[in-house]
Parts: sequence; structure tokens; C-alpha cells
Amino acid sequence: MIGRYGRFMIALLLSSSAFALASCEREARRLNQQPPPGAPPTFVAQSPLQPGPTLVVDTAEGEFDDNAYNTSEGQTLFNQMNCSGCHANGGGNMGPALMDDEWLYGSEPNQIFASIAEGRPNGMPSWKNRLNDKQIWQLVAYVRSLSGLTPKGARPARQDHMMMTSPPNQTPKAKPRNSGLPGASQHP
Amino acid sequence: MTSSQREPMLPAETTLSEEEVAREAAALDRVWAGRPGFWGWLTAVDHKSIGKRYLVTTFAMFLAGGILAAFMRTQLMRPENTVLGPDRYNQVFTVHGTTMMFLFAVPVMTAMGIYFVPLMVGARNIAFPRANAFGYWTYFVGVVFLYVSLIANTGPDTGWFAYVPLSGPQYSPGHRVDVWAQLVTFTEIAALIAAVNVIVTVFKLRSPGMSLNRLPLFVWAQLVVSFMIVFAMPAVAAGSTLMLGLDRTVNSHWFNPAEGGDALLWQHIFWFFGHPEVYIIFLPALGFITPIVETFARRKVFGYTALVMSNITTAFFAFGLWVHHMFATPIPELGQSLFTAASMVIAIPTGVQIFCWLATLWAGRAELRVPLLFVLGFIFTFVIGGISGVMLASVAFDKQAHDTFFVVAHLHYVLLGGGVMPLFGAFYFWFPKITGRMLDETLGKLHFWLFVIGVNVTFFPMHVLGLEGMPRRVYTYLESTGWGSLNLVATLGAYTIALSVIVFLVNAIRSWWGGEVAGANPWNSSGLEWATTSPPPPYNFVHVPVTTSRHPLWDTTVELPVLSGLRTDRREVLVTTTFDARPDYRHEDPAPSIWPLYLALCMGLTFIGGIFSPYLVVVGLALTLPGLFGLAWQSITNHRGPDHVDAPQALAETA
Amino acid sequence: MHSAFAPASPQAHLVATLWWWMLGVGGAIWLAVIATMLYVTLARRGRRGPDDLQHVPDATRRRMERVVLGAGSLTVLVLAAFLVFDFSVGHALAQHPQRALTIDITGHQWWWEAEYEDPDPSKRLTTANEIHVPTGEPVQFKLRSADVIHSFWAPNLNGKKDLIPGYLSTLWFEADTAGVYRGQCAEFCGLQHAKMAFYVVAEPRAKFQAWLAAGAQSPPPPTDSTQLYGQRVFLSSGCAVCHTIGGTAAQAFVGPPLTHVMSRATIAAGALANTRANLMAWITNPQAIKPGARMPAVPLTGPQLAALVDYLGTLK
Repeated sequence: MIGRYGRFMIALLLSSSAFALASCEREARRLNQQPPPGAPPTFVAQSPLQPGPTLVVDTAEGEFDDNAYNTSEGQTLFNQMNCSGCHANGGGNMGPALMDDEWLYGSEPNQIFASIAEGRPNGMPSWKNRLNDKQIWQLVAYVRSLSGLTPKGARPARQDHMMMTSPPNQTPKAKPRNSGLPGASQHP
Repeated sequence: MTSSQREPMLPAETTLSEEEVAREAAALDRVWAGRPGFWGWLTAVDHKSIGKRYLVTTFAMFLAGGILAAFMRTQLMRPENTVLGPDRYNQVFTVHGTTMMFLFAVPVMTAMGIYFVPLMVGARNIAFPRANAFGYWTYFVGVVFLYVSLIANTGPDTGWFAYVPLSGPQYSPGHRVDVWAQLVTFTEIAALIAAVNVIVTVFKLRSPGMSLNRLPLFVWAQLVVSFMIVFAMPAVAAGSTLMLGLDRTVNSHWFNPAEGGDALLWQHIFWFFGHPEVYIIFLPALGFITPIVETFARRKVFGYTALVMSNITTAFFAFGLWVHHMFATPIPELGQSLFTAASMVIAIPTGVQIFCWLATLWAGRAELRVPLLFVLGFIFTFVIGGISGVMLASVAFDKQAHDTFFVVAHLHYVLLGGGVMPLFGAFYFWFPKITGRMLDETLGKLHFWLFVIGVNVTFFPMHVLGLEGMPRRVYTYLESTGWGSLNLVATLGAYTIALSVIVFLVNAIRSWWGGEVAGANPWNSSGLEWATTSPPPPYNFVHVPVTTSRHPLWDTTVELPVLSGLRTDRREVLVTTTFDARPDYRHEDPAPSIWPLYLALCMGLTFIGGIFSPYLVVVGLALTLPGLFGLAWQSITNHRGPDHVDAPQALAETA
Repeated sequence: MHSAFAPASPQAHLVATLWWWMLGVGGAIWLAVIATMLYVTLARRGRRGPDDLQHVPDATRRRMERVVLGAGSLTVLVLAAFLVFDFSVGHALAQHPQRALTIDITGHQWWWEAEYEDPDPSKRLTTANEIHVPTGEPVQFKLRSADVIHSFWAPNLNGKKDLIPGYLSTLWFEADTAGVYRGQCAEFCGLQHAKMAFYVVAEPRAKFQAWLAAGAQSPPPPTDSTQLYGQRVFLSSGCAVCHTIGGTAAQAFVGPPLTHVMSRATIAAGALANTRANLMAWITNPQAIKPGARMPAVPLTGPQLAALVDYLGTLK
């Protein structure tokens, strides 16, 4: 009885180890992790429009895209740094919406990193000296989760305050359109 | 089915020859045998197979939870230790608590009921064998789920009562708390199934003549606790899956104050279950004690009625105490004082039970075998936990002690002293019945002393630590707090407990294969379970025993009267009336079936899948349909011959 | 300095008295039960007669009934006495003072914010992790949480009270002995629950008044060039987006206010003594000291760090 039982257990554990390995990264909390060395290159194209042949846009995943904890830390920073003051929980007000498919300065992680770090014209401040690289990468992951660009299991759910926007874990993925025009979809 | 229409039961006086008995036993062997091989193992529906499996799994969980505890104690051994970081520590203490409460303590108590209640009431099987198997598999899926999650760094990390908003969507990202919420729900489903099974077994499958006032106290405790499970478990199932789970996965607002939800609501729902839970663990343990005391004092227990009433009163009051877990919250003082009074009142029935056992021992001549030693260890340890429990009932004092190591000390005194010690006693006492072999007495005594000393050395210093200001659930503490030395003592005590459990493990494994062979009744005890062979055959009794007193094996001088007349060419159990246990009709017991396992896997898919996608809930539920049809089809095809036979007729067949 | 056994307020005194009584009576009960248990099991060992499984003689039975009934009644009486005692203590603790100094406490992951109420909003003083109270007068605390449930507990002064989002809870005590009392969050609140401590400094009214007055002042501006450079580092790095320093442009409320950080004995919510070396270690890599804390590592060069800590040293 024990032998059979043991074999059964082992088989079950082995078969579920695939699931285990898959979720390892998503749930990891490397609290003392230093900022990733891969700060974005100094040249980041903000627009897919290029003269000549189409530029191959770097589509690497964000450092923390698939990590629930860092995305959530990004959400906390988003609240603490008063990003909602302009972006209104991602719905957009003074600043552009972050949960739609319109991207003025690119939707790729290193493009968003550059937008946060450098700032952008017409109001977006530069955070380079205020947040360290790790924090900016956390914000990148959260901002991308707002329009469903990161894996669903790592996206945050609702927050404990009033929100007029749908939580990232229920936002359908919005295929990025680099229109270069704020709210272009509303003004065809 | 009114009993007034019936003649009083008259056992037909016949004596069967030995050949007849052997022939019937052979026929029963054929009919009740499970299927061979691994398939037979997966399809088993015998309550003893399931019960044994439950016991082995719950004990494995006790070891797993214990290993986690050893990690925690090692981390806390000295200030600013670095064995576990805060992230790991939080997962470890949460999984320790969750394992011990949901995967060890409650299931091990129901497992004892599943194994022994049918034997003690003289039934051939439990009332719903396939549901019973389903319950086990559900529980087993939960066990695998939690530990795979822990290994995958997805172990829940917000404590075993997962207070919102910390466990809510904003402060617990990822799936860690989802694992907890779903695990709790579907292991509670296993508990509910076991509870319903025990209730129906006790009410309908008792041996003829075993009226409720002849019910063994073990069975009374199981019955009362089963009712408690039926009332308590749905609260936490609804709270964790339907409220916390939905808050986290589909963004409902049950616990979000900003949208009209309430963070305190969770605590009410959880503790409305959580407090009775403690008694769900404790009352069955008290049920183990009575037969042990009776057997080793060689006296019938003093105050049967008082003990039964104590069980019922405790169960009743257990539902009126939950706010004493919430005295530090902003609940009005007047409301709190009602719960203080109730918390003190519940000490009375427990006290009465201990007095009754002491009186029994007083009247008898105590024989200090290992099971009785554990009962004495229980009194020694549990009374400390009970007294600190009465202290904690005081609102003023609780505000100092709440959420500190004082509470950790109290709850371990109560659960280890009041739950695990009687359980170990019960293991030593009933091990021969389950395996046919005795546990070694010398190793048993070593195990006992190490365990009692270990428990007290570990947890007594924690009372002081708590009042010196050490909160629970801290992954470390500063050297300047001065908590280092007592923590070191506690850690050494924890290692002693670990050593004692290793001794027990060695003893159990050695004795299982090579222990002294036990007869049917090695302790010369009085209950019906000792009337059959050790281990019992799949049908438990060749003939259904007839009960004429509370202590059938002590009060019958010649031989236990039995009732024959059940068919031997199909699995048949005798159903009796609820109060007086008169034979009512014969019922066909289901054959082995794979559907319980299939359904449990579907249930696992529904609950675990629900974390990841609502569609998997639909898929899981859709897949259960073939399982339900399969079960029903099996019942139809198995059905042979009439079920309902008038009782007098059944008796007439004895002749 | 951190123990319910050493009460420093009438409230904690009442609870401690209740505790010692309960311990005494409870201990006596335990001793009685254990003595009985040993007597009934050991005293009759070895004198086992032939198995007499019949009922015990009626006389013995009646004696057993009397004893069990007596023990049961005694339990009821003791519990009733406990209940009355507890209610009287609870009643005394529940008498909130009519007028009292009121301090608003807000629990954050993982530090304590304390704001001293004053009818004049400009005189409201906000500080963190170190709460000064006058001795000999009732002090009322209004407890709120900014995120998850915390529990405010200074064992020498009174029991704990939970800070629950969506609820306002209150607690009060009257420190009768001057001293520094440690307290710690008592409700599990996440990664750094273990290092979320605070200190209550109870001091005579005059001293307290002086502290309060000093707290309302902005610290003097830096004088030497290193300190000036340090201030620039503070204002131009990440520090200023989370912390407040009175009299400067740093006015953020994400982290603890640092206006008078040097007047506090500890930093990082009681995790470290407030020394120069500890400050430097904390700023360079807080995650090594409190993994998971919200304070980020601030990338600074050596001279920048030294100047910053010099500047912080002036914030007395």
C-alpha cells in the first residue's frame, strides 16, 4: 500500500513540476535585487516612422513584465508619485491615457523607460534623478499592464480605492498603435 | 417507519456452527473484496482503506507542517538571524498554519471518524462510501496543490487567517493568496462530506439495539463535531472563494471600504468558522480519551450523560465566541463583553469532562500504558492552555496578549495538548486494530516523555515573550529587545519535539511490519470495534453485532449476540432507525468505483483553474457531468434484488 | 522598556493587576488538577485488584458525584469572579477622558505617522516613529491606516488597538512614569511587519511643551558648504519626492518627515540606532536592512553621501 502510494505521489509531483517551474518567475520577490544592469541604450527611437526601410523595433520584454510583485510595486509608485494626477489611474486626463492602444512615444519597455526617465514635452516630468532604475522598470511593467501588454497572471487586480477604470487583470490587450496623436482613435 | 407499529426487537436465539460461519465469511470475502492491483487502489470505497489513506496523508502533513515549524524556530533562534528572509518566512508560517489547521488537524480527526465510527456502531461500511472516497481525493488534490505551490514560490504568505486588505487584490499581488482561498474551500468540502457521512452512519447504520443513549462517547464526539462542521465550514467556503477569491480575480468589492465594502467583515466571517474549528479539532480528541481512560482504569466512565451534554454544550457555545479573536478591533465594548462571558462559560463543560475522567481514574486502578500516559500528558498540558484561554477571554488582558507570542503559546498548548496528545494516545490505542500489530511500549514511553517535555519547553517561554512585547509573525527581532534567550530555549524545545516525532515514526514503521501481533482485543477494551479481527475484514463483521449496553464487550458474559440475515451474495448493510436502532431495511452498498477520483480531479480543475481563468471553471464543471452520470449509472447497473425488506422479515431470516 | 510586566500608566497597571490575579488563581487551579491527577493515577498503582468491571459501590459513586459536582461549581464560581473582575477593569479602561491631548496616528507599510492635533492648523506637528507624550495627563490616540491593518501597541502603557482601513479606532492612556517605551506593530502587515516599531517618550509637561515648540520650528538652514551641498543632494535626488524637511522645498508625504530626524533615537521605524554609519548604510542599501521596505536604494557617490549625511545631521 505504501509503495503504491509512494509511486503515485512521485508521479504526481513530477507531473506538476512543470506548472511549478512556470510560475516560479511570476511570483518571485527578489527584494534586495539591484536595479537591472540593462538600463536602456542612450538612443531609443520614440517613433516607428523612419526614413528609408522600416526600422526593426526592439521588442524585448520589460525587465519586470512577467513579475507580479514588481508590477504591483510599480502600481504603488504610480500612486505615490501622483502619476494619477495627470494620467488618472491610466484613463487619461491632463496626460494621455495609458490603458488604450495609442502610444505617443512608443509602447516598447525601453521606450516607456525613456519616456519616464527623460520626460516628454507638454508636461511629462523627467524622473531620472528621482527614481532609481529599478523603480522605473517597476513603473514600466505597471504602465504596460494597464493596457494588457504584460502576461495576465502578473497584472494587478483592483485597488482598495475608487477607480473609474477597469483593473489591469480585466483589461483586454490593446494592440499598440503608434499614432503619435493623443486620443487619435476618438478623432478619426 | 414509526416505531410504535413495531414489535419490540427480539433477537432470535440460534447458534451458528463454525462451518456455517466460515462459509459465510468466505462468501463475504468474495463479495466485499476490492479490485486487485493499482486500479483497485484507485477505486477503493471501503471506509477503512479511505480512513487509513487519510491517516497516512494527514500524518505526512503533520510532518510537513512540522518541518516548516522547525525552519521557523531555527530562524527565530537568535536575533537578526538570516536562515529565512521575510518573503520565505511569511510563506513558511502561512503554509505551516494552513497545513496544520486545514490539512492536518481537521482531516485527521475526521479520518479517525471515517475509520472507526462504522466499526464502533457495528456497521459494514460508512453510509456513503463513494462520496467518502471523493472526499479523500478532494483533500488529496488540495494537499498536492498547496505543496506544489509552496515549492513554486507561490505559497500563500498572509497568515492562515489571511486578513484583508493585506490578502486582498492590492497588497497581495500574484496568485499566492488565490492558492490559499481555493485550497481552504475545497478541503472544507472534503470535511463537509466526511461530516455528512458520519452523521448518516451514526443515525442510520448503528447495530441493532444501539440506541442513542448507548452510543460510545467517541461516536458522540464525532457526531457533535460533524454537526459543527456542517454549520461552520460553509461560512469560510463562502468567505474565501466567493468573497476573497472574487475580490482578487474578478475585482468585486466585498472588502473594499472605498466602494462600500468592509474590511472587518472578513474577520467576522472567518472567525465564525475559525473558532468552532478549534472545537472541531478538540472535541474528537476528547472522544478518544474516554475509551482510553475506561480501558486502563478498568472502570466504566463516570458521568456518561454529563460527558455527552458537555460535548453538546461546547459545540453550542463554540459558535458564540468568535469575536474574542477581534477584541482589538473597534467593536463596541458592550458587544465584546458578551463574548467574554461566552468564552468563559465554555470552560465549564471542558472542566466537567476532565473532572469526570479524573473521577473514573480515581475509582479504578490506573495501568500506565502509553495511551493513558498521553491522556495524562493531555491533562498536564491542556489545562495550562485552558487557563490561558480563560485569561484571553478577558478583553482588557487580551488587548495586551492579542497577536503576540502569548497567543502562539496558548494555541499550541490547546492544539498540541488538547488535540495532538490525545491523538497520539489514540494512535497507540487503536494502532493494533488498524494494523494487527502492537506499537512498541518502550519507544512509546520515550516518545511520550520527549514530546511532553518538548511541547512545554517550546511553548511555555512564549507566554513570557508575548507579554514582553514580542508580536507573532515576525521574521526576526532586534538584539536590543532581549528576546533572544527565551527564543533559543523555545527552539531547543522544538528540536525535542522533532526528535520525539522521529521516535514515533521509527516505532510506527518498525511495528507495522514487525510488531507484536495483536489479537482482536489486545487491551481487553469494551467497544464493538474490538469484537472483530485486527485488522478487520472489508465487511467489518461476519455478523452484525447486536448491542445490549454501552460496553458491549464488558457486559456480555458469554458471547456477543449477533444478527444474521443479511445477504452474503451482494454488499448489503443493515439500516436501523434513528433513535432506537431497530432494524429497518437492508441497503445495497456500492461497488468500487473510479468516479470519485475522476470527480475530485474535475473539482480540482474547477477550483484551481478558476484562479487562472473563469473559463476553466466552466470546463471543470462541464467535465463533472459525465462523472455524475457515471455514478448514477453504476448505481443502476449494480442494483440487484429488492432493497426494502421489512425488519421482522429480516429477522425471520436469522432462523 | 518593552513589557506588559512593567506598567507605566494606570491603564497598564490595571491590566497587570488583573493578569497577576489570573496567573495566581489559574496556577493554583492547575496545581490542584495536576496533584489530583497524580494522586488518582499513581497512588493506587500496583494495587490493581481482579478486574471488577461492575459499577463501583454506591457509596463511592455518591462521593464521586459530590466531588465532580463540587469541582464543577467551584469552576463556575471562579469564572464568575473572573468575569466581574474583568468587567470592572474593562469598564475603567473604557472611560474615555473628556479633554485630552489628541494624536492622530496613521499606520503605513512599514512606519508610523503621528500628527499632534491643534485647533490652529499651522501648529499641527507631524512626526514619525517617535511619539512624545506628557506624563500625568490623558493622551488620546486616533488610529487610522493608510494601507493594510496594523495594530498600535506599547505594552507598558496600554493594550493594543487595530488600525483598520475604513474605520477610526481610538485608544488612550495616561503615562505616570517618565521614560522611553518601545512599541511595535502587532497585526501582521506584510514583509516588514517585524521591523515596524515606534517609541513613546513620556516626559514632564514642561519638557514635552519645549519639544512640541521646537518641533513646530523649521531647522536652521545649513551653514557650511558641505552641508549646503548635502541639502542640494537631498533636494535634487530621490529623497525629496518622498520626504518632508520643514523650511525647504521638500514637502512630500510618502515617507516619514525628516524635519527633526536627528532628534529621534532610531531610524527606519526602530530598526537601526540613529548613527552616522547607520544612516549611510540605510540610504545606500535599505533593502539589505529591511528587505521589501518602500525606501529605495539611492544611487549616490561617496562625497554626495557624506555631504547628505552631514546635512541630515543638522536636522535636530
